[in-house]
Amino acid sequence: MTEKLLINALENEAIYIFREVAAQFEKPVLLFSGGKDSITLVRLAQKAFYPAKIPFPLMHIDTGHNFPETIAFRDKLVKELGLELIVRNVQDSIDQGKVKEESGRYSSRNVLQTTTLLDAIEEFKFDACIGGARRDEEKARAKERIFSVRDDFGQWDEKNQRPELFDMLNGQIQLGQNVRVFPISNWTELDVWTYIENENLEIPSIYFAHKRETFLRDGLIWSASEYVYKDEEEEVKERMVRFRTVGDMSCTAAVDSYAATIREVVAEIRDSSISERGARIDDKRSEAAMEKRKQQGYF
Amino acid sequence: MEVLKIATAGSVDDGKSTLIGRLLYDTKSLTDDKLEAIEKSSKKKGYDYLDFSLATDGLVAEREQGITIDVAHIYFSTATRSYIIADTPGHVEYTRNMVTGASTSQVAIILIDARHGVIEQTYRHFFINNLLRIKSVIVAVNKMDLVNFSEERYNEIKADFEKLVEKSDYEDQNITYIPVSALKGDNVVEKSDAMPWFSGQTLLEYLEKLDTVNIYNRGKMRFPVQYVIRPKTEEFHDFRGYAGKVYGGDINVGDEVVVLPSETKTKVKEIYFNDKKYQSAARRSSISVTLENNVNVSRGDMIVKANELPRIEKAFTAKVCWMCSKSLSVGSKYVLQHGVNKVLAKVSEIHHKIETDFSGVDTQISSLQINDIASVSFQLNKPIFLDAFKEHRTNGAFILIDPQTNNTSGVGFIE
Repeated sequence: MTEKLLINALENEAIYIFREVAAQFEKPVLLFSGGKDSITLVRLAQKAFYPAKIPFPLMHIDTGHNFPETIAFRDKLVKELGLELIVRNVQDSIDQGKVKEESGRYSSRNVLQTTTLLDAIEEFKFDACIGGARRDEEKARAKERIFSVRDDFGQWDEKNQRPELFDMLNGQIQLGQNVRVFPISNWTELDVWTYIENENLEIPSIYFAHKRETFLRDGLIWSASEYVYKDEEEEVKERMVRFRTVGDMSCTAAVDSYAATIREVVAEIRDSSISERGARIDDKRSEAAMEKRKQQGYF
Repeated sequence: MEVLKIATAGSVDDGKSTLIGRLLYDTKSLTDDKLEAIEKSSKKKGYDYLDFSLATDGLVAEREQGITIDVAHIYFSTATRSYIIADTPGHVEYTRNMVTGASTSQVAIILIDARHGVIEQTYRHFFINNLLRIKSVIVAVNKMDLVNFSEERYNEIKADFEKLVEKSDYEDQNITYIPVSALKGDNVVEKSDAMPWFSGQTLLEYLEKLDTVNIYNRGKMRFPVQYVIRPKTEEFHDFRGYAGKVYGGDINVGDEVVVLPSETKTKVKEIYFNDKKYQSAARRSSISVTLENNVNVSRGDMIVKANELPRIEKAFTAKVCWMCSKSLSVGSKYVLQHGVNKVLAKVSEIHHKIETDFSGVDTQISSLQINDIASVSFQLNKPIFLDAFKEHRTNGAFILIDPQTNNTSGVGFIE
C-alpha cells in the first residue's frame, strides 16, 4: 500500500464532476470524437468509477469526413476497454434532407453535426452529454459553465447561465432540457498533453509527425483529400506535419512538425506561439464564429 | 502541478482587463495569433497602444458595449504553477457574478484607480472578498502613470483602504498593497523603474511566492458521499466503495468515523484512488473509501471523524446572497443543496439586509431582490450536517434552487 496520495487538482476536480453526472442524471452519454480531449475523458471516467465499469455509453457523431486513423483508433479503444459505443452519422441527416451539404472552397460538415447530435439526444433521451471542451480553447468557451443547460433546441443562452458556486453543481432540469457537461473545463491544452504523457495514454497517429499530401491556403496547411475542396492552382506537396486537434479533415489544418513522441509533442506545445484553435478553419470564418455556433446548439 | 484561482474585482474603467492582458503578455502567455488579433482590433479602434482588454472580453454583446458582463476564466502558467483568473465584473448590479467568481478562488485582486482612490465600489469589492473569506487579498493601485507615480498618492490610498480593513471581522486575511500601471507594465511582472520608492514585490512575484499549503482555509474533515460504487463483478462481488471528495482535513485508513445521518460508528478500511490503495488522502482528493462494518450509506450522507461531529440541524440562520430576479420572501420554498445533499427548505424569517458598503443593516425589508445580501432563517424537511461558514468554507455553504425553474437562485453562508 502506498502511503499518502498526492493529488493533481485538475484530475480530482474532473473525477468529482464525473461522479456528479452519474449521480444526478438518468441517461448520461460521453461524446467521443477520438481526439485527445475525449481520450482523456475516458481515462478520467475509468478512474472515477473503479472498480466498476463506466456507467454510461460513448457516442460518436461521425461526419464521414474524419481521418481514417481516428476511426480505427476509436474502434480499438472501445474494444480494449469493453465500452459501449453509439455511432450516429451526419450522412444520414443529409440523406433524410434535414441538412444540406455545403459546397465550395470552405465547405465543411462541421456545422452539420449539430443536427445529428440533437436528433441522437432525442432518440436516446440523453439528459447529460459529457464533452471535452475546455475554457482555454476560445473566448466564448471561457464563459461556459461546467453544467451547461440547453433548451429543447439544444441552444445555449449565454446571458442566462446558472451561477456555479464552490463546487456545487446544479443538475436539475425540466423535461426536454439537457445538460452539457465539461469535466476538463479548467484544463489547458498543455495540461491535457502532460496528462496523456504521465498516464501513458494511446492516441491516434495523426497527432504525431508524419508525411502527408497537403496544400497551402490562407497561411494554413490543408490535407489533400477527396473530402476537402481544392482549387486547380493550389499545389499539392508532401510535407512533414502533425495535427493538434482532430476535427474533420475539412476543418482541421496541420502544423509543420517533427515531433514523433508524446514527449516531443509536449515540448513543442510548450514553445508554440500559435494557439490550438489557430489551426481550426471553422473559427476563422469570423471572430464571433464559435459563439454563434454555440447559440445554435453546437457542441 | 498546483493550480491557483484568482478572483479579480474592479469598477468599470479601473483597467482590470488591461491588467489581466498585461499579465498574459508579460508572462508570454499570449500566442502569436491572439496577439495579432489584438493588434488588429486596437488599430481598428484607432489606439496607439495595445488594447489588452480585448484578450479577455469574450462575448459579442460585451465587445459591442466595451464592458465585461459575466464571469470569464483566463488561464496562464509559469514554471512555478498554473493560474486561473476568474474575471468578474465590478458593477453594482453584478454582485452575483463577483460572489460566484470569488467562491472558487483562493486569492483576490482588488483594483483601485489611483486618480479616484477608495470609492464606494471598493467597499463593495472588499466586502464580498470578506464575506467569501478569501484568505489573500491584493490591493492593486492602478494607473499610477496618471498620478506621476506619486508615492504620496499611493500612501493616501493605502491609508484609506486600511481604514476599511478595520471594519472587517476576518482577522486571518492577508492584505498586500502594490502600486501598478497595467498599461505600461509597472510592477505587474517587471519591477517599476518609475517607482523606486516601492520596495515590495511585483504582482506576479507575490503570486509566485504564495504558499499553496496555507492559502486554503482548513477545517474539520468532511467526506460527503457523492456516489456508491458497486461493481457486482466476480472479483469485487461485495465491494461497496463510497465515492466523494475530501474537505477540510485528511482522512486515514483506520480512522474512527461516524456516518451521518444514521450516526453509525465504524472505521475506514481502505482508501482507493483509481486502482491503488493509499494509507491517507488529503483534502480536495476525489477518492473512494470502504468501511469496516456493513453500513447502509447513500448519496448525501456524510462521513466524519468520530471526535469531530458537525452540527446536525433542521433550522438555521445564514447570510444569503440573492441571484435571481424572482424575489425571496418569508414562506418561499426552495430545494437547498448543501454540498451534494439536497433537502427542502422554507424561509422562516428575514432578519435584515446587509449593506455591502459596511454601512450597517436595514431591518425594514420584507423580501430579497437580486444582488441583495441578507440574514435569513430557514426550516428544513430533514436535518443537514453543517458547520458555520467561518469555520468551514465548504461545509458552511449551500445553494438555493427554485423548484419551478430549477435555476440556482441564491447562495448561503451559514452563521
